[in-house]
Amino acid sequence: MTKANTYADLMQLPDDKGHFGPYGGRFVSETLSYALEELEATYKKLSADPAFQAEFDKDLAHYVGRPSPLYHAERWSRILGGAQIYLKREDLNHTGAHKINNTIGQALLAKYTGKPRVIAETGAGQHGVATATVAARLGLECVVYMGADDVKRQSLNVYRMKLLGATVVPVESGSRTLKDAMNEALRDWVTNVDSTFYIIGTAAGPHPYPMLVRDFNAVSGREAREQSLKQIGRLPDALVACVGGGSNAIGLFYPFLQDSDVQMYGVEAGGDGVETGRHAAPLCAGKPGVLHGNRTYLMQSEDGQIIETHSVSAGLDYPGVGPEHSYLKDIGRVNYVAANDTEVLSAFRELTRTEGIMPALESSHALAYGRKLAQSMRPDQHIIINLSGRGDKDILTVAGIDGITV
Amino acid sequence: MSRIEQKFAQLNEQGKKALIPYITGGDPKPEYSVELMHALVAAGADMIELGMPFSDPMADGPVIQKACERALAAGTTLNKVLAMVETFRQTDTDTPVVLMGYLNPIEYMGYQNFATAAKKAGVDGVLTVDLPPEEADELVAVLKAEAIDTIFLIAPTTTALRAAKIANHASGYLYYVSIKGVTGSAALDTEAVAEKVAELQALTSVPVAVGFGIRDGASAAAISKVSDGVIVGSVLVNKIAELSEQPEKIAPALTEVLKEMRSAMDA
Ligand SMILES: Cc1ncc(COP(=O)(O)O)c(C=O)c1O
Repeated sequence: MTKANTYADLMQLPDDKGHFGPYGGRFVSETLSYALEELEATYKKLSADPAFQAEFDKDLAHYVGRPSPLYHAERWSRILGGAQIYLKREDLNHTGAHKINNTIGQALLAKYTGKPRVIAETGAGQHGVATATVAARLGLECVVYMGADDVKRQSLNVYRMKLLGATVVPVESGSRTLKDAMNEALRDWVTNVDSTFYIIGTAAGPHPYPMLVRDFNAVSGREAREQSLKQIGRLPDALVACVGGGSNAIGLFYPFLQDSDVQMYGVEAGGDGVETGRHAAPLCAGKPGVLHGNRTYLMQSEDGQIIETHSVSAGLDYPGVGPEHSYLKDIGRVNYVAANDTEVLSAFRELTRTEGIMPALESSHALAYGRKLAQSMRPDQHIIINLSGRGDKDILTVAGIDGITV
Repeated sequence: MSRIEQKFAQLNEQGKKALIPYITGGDPKPEYSVELMHALVAAGADMIELGMPFSDPMADGPVIQKACERALAAGTTLNKVLAMVETFRQTDTDTPVVLMGYLNPIEYMGYQNFATAAKKAGVDGVLTVDLPPEEADELVAVLKAEAIDTIFLIAPTTTALRAAKIANHASGYLYYVSIKGVTGSAALDTEAVAEKVAELQALTSVPVAVGFGIRDGASAAAISKVSDGVIVGSVLVNKIAELSEQPEKIAPALTEVLKEMRSAMDA
């Protein structure tokens, strides 16, 4: 295993070629190379520009509603009898998830590059909604690709996107989920590269996307760090976040990477259980490979084909993961674990009933692991769980599992 | 001299341009592929691009996506594609074969394992669509040690500076992608292609072949006039799709398409 000399080195990643150790990079067909070089240059320039940062911060404050609270779930903590659980309330952001942090940032980039059209891939529909929202606000044409199976299980979000003026394209190829939506978005981008800005929804894809998506989401980690010092009087003992592509997790983790006393847990989708093979947990059970523009852990067959994933949550139903997580796994900075569907559903119900907060099924993975972790800790210890999104979009799924037609 | 270089030299002497058909290995079933490769040669192919099917062909349009799905559903693997080349080589030692596909199956097999197996099978070149030169040093070196050419793509969006860099890495031929888009897209602009190919030819001695958007004798002839060769894929794969339930009709159908192109190009 490679080991970074100090955790401070982690703050410098990725390198010039977009590598996080052996992971990341830019594995795309030649037509897109130019667009990615251009995006990298634009981002380099704008991210160092105080005016751009000020505009981003202003939108986060007045449009998204940041900072989001760090809420002490006292009742739930007491019932569990372990560590004090704090929830980072990304569910209270405009549009109901952390995804908006990134889409605000990328839409600003789109505005500065003057492209009139944005595209996105989406799984749960949260990123699609967030993209349609910023597109509506900036008057940009918006096309969202979504796996045909996800269109069915997240029908509320599909309608939300349409109301916002976006075109939603159901993708019928492959496994008809998030990875296929990403393939289709890449195909659109290759075809319309001159007019189109591709707003990628997670910390994956070719360089510079994993870096810029992380940077735009890191606002939640910076806030959580400050809030923790203020509200708890010190840093938390542990952070917990769900990992699909990894954007909410890296956003929370990144500002804490150098704080070596803070343990970190990334929770993947265990589906029917990692041991069954029916899951979406590449860091727990996959092998490194190349997909969607970067080298990272992937769920793949013995022939290097990408295999189908299984998860109750559309937003985690992805066979890859952002490359920075692959590196953080290898060097041992972050522990990657899985929560399976049944644990997730009971965490969903538990938080709803004990705190009156209905979490997204994605976020419920972090809750499912976080509750076990808390129980293994002392009441004078503290953990922060990223509540990446709210659960309204999942009500029909949960009702369906309960056998109820709403 | 590699088999690909030899072929281009030979064509050059005859005043002809290369006709390079693409089919996906294992489409519609692995057992048909070798026969189809021989049929392509008999119909006038100078080289063959044989696709290594991948579950997520991001740079391909629906026609080749479906070909990958058919091939994988029929049990095609990278090892089986290599075996097809090996069988083909038993009776054809003259026609270069280039494997075309995506990086992941090769990564999974391991670069060295792949290169050794490809050499043994009689593969002449490898084109990985999602491996730009920035990331390619290791694979290029391993293949070079086995005397296998690495073919790279150049796109309409490639800057002159990048094109020079890519040309430095390339051997065998350069593959100029004629349009911004995925495979199987329509309408190509011969004049724009001519201009770009001329620029590339000024940069490098490696031949420049053009693919994407070539669908019939007329487009093949037009593009071959301004380049060193034409690559034709989706039209052939479309025929395979139409006839996948009547596999005995595939070879004659491919032959017809290719013969028309050959005679238009040689006219
Ligand atoms: C609420 C919520 N959390 C988490 C995710 C997973 O994405 P990521 O791992 O990029 O945070 C999604 C994706 O749709 C989501 O909607």
